Amino acid sequence: MAAELKASGGRSRRLSKHALLIGFGLVMLYPLLWMVSSSVKPSETIFRDPSIWPTSFDLGNYTDGWTALEHPFHFYLLNSAVIALLAVAGNLISCSLAAYAFARLNFRGRNVFFAMMLATLMLPIHVLIVPQYVLFSQLDWINTDLPLVVPKFLAHDAFFIFLMVQFIRGLPRELDEAARIDGCGHFRIYWRIIMPLSVPALATSALFTFIWTWNDFFSQLIFLTDPELWTMPVALRSFMDGQGETAWGQLFAMSIVGLAPIFGFFLAGQRYLTQGISTTGFR
Amino acid sequence: MSERLHPPETSETPATTVSPTSTSLVRTRLKDRRPAGHRKISGPPRDRIGYLFLTPWFIGMALFTVGPILASLYLSFTEYTLLKPPEWLGLDNYREMLADPRLHKSLLVTFVYVFVSVPIQLVLALALALLLNRGVRGLSFYRSVYYLPSLLAGSVSIAILWRQIFGKDGLVNQVLALFGTEGVSWVSHPDFALGTLVLLNAWTFGAPMVIFLAGLRQIPTSYYEAAQVDGAGTVTRFFHITLPMLTPIIFFNLVLQLIGAFQSFTQAFVVSGGRGGPSDSTLLYTLYLYERGFGSFDMGYASAMAWFLLAIIAVLTGINFLFARRWVFYGG
Repeated sequence: MAAELKASGGRSRRLSKHALLIGFGLVMLYPLLWMVSSSVKPSETIFRDPSIWPTSFDLGNYTDGWTALEHPFHFYLLNSAVIALLAVAGNLISCSLAAYAFARLNFRGRNVFFAMMLATLMLPIHVLIVPQYVLFSQLDWINTDLPLVVPKFLAHDAFFIFLMVQFIRGLPRELDEAARIDGCGHFRIYWRIIMPLSVPALATSALFTFIWTWNDFFSQLIFLTDPELWTMPVALRSFMDGQGETAWGQLFAMSIVGLAPIFGFFLAGQRYLTQGISTTGFR
Repeated sequence: MSERLHPPETSETPATTVSPTSTSLVRTRLKDRRPAGHRKISGPPRDRIGYLFLTPWFIGMALFTVGPILASLYLSFTEYTLLKPPEWLGLDNYREMLADPRLHKSLLVTFVYVFVSVPIQLVLALALALLLNRGVRGLSFYRSVYYLPSLLAGSVSIAILWRQIFGKDGLVNQVLALFGTEGVSWVSHPDFALGTLVLLNAWTFGAPMVIFLAGLRQIPTSYYEAAQVDGAGTVTRFFHITLPMLTPIIFFNLVLQLIGAFQSFTQAFVVSGGRGGPSDSTLLYTLYLYERGFGSFDMGYASAMAWFLLAIIAVLTGINFLFARRWVFYGG
């Protein structure tokens, strides 16, 4: 009976389901597509043309927007990239070391430390930012990249420790035990066995660290007030407040340039991203 | 390789995975304890290796988490503007908070934002996950399309786009004009500005949706087959199998999205030009905290605000866990 049902009503139901899914997806993505198409139209049509089909094609917004700020836009992109790449390196090294300890080693206080680590996942950054600012200003680190980079090398992003712990726990223990019998020390096991097997978890962590650091606005706004150090998001925001609503086309163009790396990484690594959040459940 | 990201124990929610694993940890540790005399001869104590691997985390924890938490508790009882040493005030900052109308306004704005946007987001996430669950062709394509906004929404770029879309001559009003209606400037109207931010948060339903999809895959198909034999319809199956089996995931998503929503900052900051306007209608708690802490460098007051935020989140999470016993089902 079930098979019969599937054969008769299934086809049209499937089609209407796809129509619904595509329609909803279009509504969701419409603003993005419209921004892309508006960025190649003359500025004034942004206020008139709700269609996503560009009637004209003009990269003027990109060339004008690129030089609209004090520095050319690649200056800010580069500042962002330096911070994001250092953050990726820091998180991969420090979080994987901590994760190996939590997942594979026995030591006194491990469960307590693990619980502490999980608790910091729920801690809002706003609770820490004021005293961190005080600390960094006493170290003379304000208006340097250090407040944004050094914590990453000290495993401050507990989220990635958790992600890697979950992953390493799923790896068969026989491998490290065999290596133990062959006389391997823990650093060798970590480096030669666990790390190579953890590439999917490392890739997920690298992607998320890059995307979140690239998007991060709050801490960059606070720690980088000197325009010479501004990152892409801080520069974009000042672009908007400075030029106001007069330069939407250029603003859109530079916003798209700012989103492009995320979109690229999304296309290249979407499997790692969606699987990463199914394993741990974060954005 | 893709299977490796779903080892059997990790594909459940962390809330359930942590406890069984940690009990087995206790067991293995007890086993290790017994031949303690041997261990001293055969190699360095395992404690030391563990602490060595954790050294960066220990330092980071002390410098950037535990230290700051304690410092901010102390600062919350002082007046401190970075220029001269903190001056002890006792409970004055907290007393000022009780009487501060902007703080009350920001609490109200934040609660409306959180408790309207998170339910919308979760309902959308669950609905789409259910639609996508039954072997839809192109599942990974749809999943990606719906997930993309979650990656982008926190950026300044999207906040800028939002400000245009909901402006006087923005995309929304252009579409309304096609239907012959004239819209207001949504972002600069005190009644609607917060709504645009709620929409922006609801737009990120893709992340919880992916988690729901992973949870749906965990429900054994034998349950549905048995129900079908018993003659249960779609609705019965949803309310008696899918929904109960999914409650741990719903709970998990609820806790996470609530905590996340309380911390929203960028979108409200950019859309309102940094001031939480019009007439404080988008003054999220975090915006006001930023204004007091880094606008007027009122570090003591901002610390007191931060501790209050921590208390709110802790209490809400506690309530969540307390009520969880009534509706979350950890069986099967």
